[in-house]
Amino acid sequence: MITLDALMQTVNGEGAKAPASGGCASSSCGSSDTSGDLSPEVWDKVKDHPCYSEEAHHYFARMHLAVAPACNIKCNYCNRKYDCANESRPGVVSERLTPEQGARKTFAVAQSVPQLSVLGIAGPGDALYDWRHTKSTFEKVVEKLPDIKLCISTNGVALPDHVDEIVHMNIDHVTITINMVDPEIGAKIYPWIFYNHKRYTGVEAATILRERQMLGLEMLTARGVLVKVNSVLIPGVNDAHLIEVNRQVKARGAFLHNIMPLISDPAHGTFYGLNGQRGPTPQELKKIQDACEGGAKLMRHCRQCRADAVGMLGEDRGQEFALDLLPENIDIDFTQRDAYRAEVEHKREAHRAAKSDAREILGASAKEAPLTVAVVSKGDGLINEHFGHAKEFQIYEVDSAGVRFVSYRRIQDHYCQGGLGEESNLARIIDMLKDVDHLLCAKIGGCPRAELAAAGISPSDDYAYEFIEPSIATLYARKRDAALEKA
Amino acid sequence: MAYKIISSQCSACGACEFECPNAAIRMKGDMSIIEAAKCTECDGEQPRCVDACPVENTCVKI
Repeated sequence: MITLDALMQTVNGEGAKAPASGGCASSSCGSSDTSGDLSPEVWDKVKDHPCYSEEAHHYFARMHLAVAPACNIKCNYCNRKYDCANESRPGVVSERLTPEQGARKTFAVAQSVPQLSVLGIAGPGDALYDWRHTKSTFEKVVEKLPDIKLCISTNGVALPDHVDEIVHMNIDHVTITINMVDPEIGAKIYPWIFYNHKRYTGVEAATILRERQMLGLEMLTARGVLVKVNSVLIPGVNDAHLIEVNRQVKARGAFLHNIMPLISDPAHGTFYGLNGQRGPTPQELKKIQDACEGGAKLMRHCRQCRADAVGMLGEDRGQEFALDLLPENIDIDFTQRDAYRAEVEHKREAHRAAKSDAREILGASAKEAPLTVAVVSKGDGLINEHFGHAKEFQIYEVDSAGVRFVSYRRIQDHYCQGGLGEESNLARIIDMLKDVDHLLCAKIGGCPRAELAAAGISPSDDYAYEFIEPSIATLYARKRDAALEKA
Repeated sequence: MAYKIISSQCSACGACEFECPNAAIRMKGDMSIIEAAKCTECDGEQPRCVDACPVENTCVKI
């Protein structure tokens, strides 16, 4: 039985400052993505990669370089003519760079963003079809910045031709976008592919695409390269089919599966946008993600960033590093980068201890229906943002088995606009959170508090500035134990 | 007898430049252009620049 003292000790943050005080050694019983569950070689590859490790994304930043614009596939959710500085979604960039310019931008970011750990080439275009540009950029970068991880994203058509070079260049992380394993479905997503100097269309194109993707995936995993599979959930086209995709990529050794919602708007000028194909609701997305549990591990913390995004996931500092703002010569101060990494080790230790506290609070008991909790956070694993300033919500599920991160849900406009709450924004937020039981934030005004409560979402600032996991565990344990006492 | 690129539609991705068997395509400033003297229209085969181009009706016959 949990005493109130034990609860209070945890929520006042004491447990978080010291390494785990009994119960469990901090690194060996981590959540599904800390070192405890992975071989040392794999953990070493993912521990600083914000996209491959949920834990790492709290501490490390990535940047994407748009240096490889040529593509060999046409996707119905992409429009190659579109480019806008105010859009934030995959495939969109503001300026295209030569390999020399790309390397210079990378050095500038490394100098002012010590969290930078990963350089990715992720469109627009295909990093492997446009391999000459990709390769030249990476070669220039690692010469001066050997501690950076290299990462690419591809549709897979050209992948089997480049596996040797990928391994040779120490590109440890490859993302393949796989939206189907059934060419009949593929024909509804891809009008054509360009392969062996020839354009293929329809089911024939999708059949070649599937063969190339599966072959490339098998070749990479056989060589020890970590592969993330991205799938775009397109309602009515491939939604339930993604469960089969998950099964097949797991069988071929994919490390992570990231199921992302289709972003579709007529203003984007894409085939889907212009033809009224809608994206999924957060609840539809969660349903498919939940149905894939037990298969290939799911990435839940993706924010669908721009192809030239710079910074922590969920933030984009790309405009600070526009080409005309970069100095000609950049010296990188490695002491800053090293100091930051040392600091991260402390923060990670505290966060792991907090997670282990959460497990102790929950204890072990019979399985009940889980609670869904939304959290507003600015980072570091803390409940440290005001409701009115929230740009996104972190969704967690909790039951006696543990506290599990489910997803991010992003909002276009935060609720509070210069001191005044916007009613229509609040209505949209409530709709987005309609399956949520509790909302935890650092502060919340009286009006949104009442409206959320009326919608069945119970808001609270009781856990302000505490670690997320033990707070949710405490909330859950209190509720559960109160119910037990009643019974 | 040659193809040309409609510059207002071209996204300058460079795919046609990779694929041209005659090395007739190059970047000129921000645009891809076809050197008409080198273009053979792929000798009666399906023109590769047309097939590789991501924007329909952008590589067209002069």
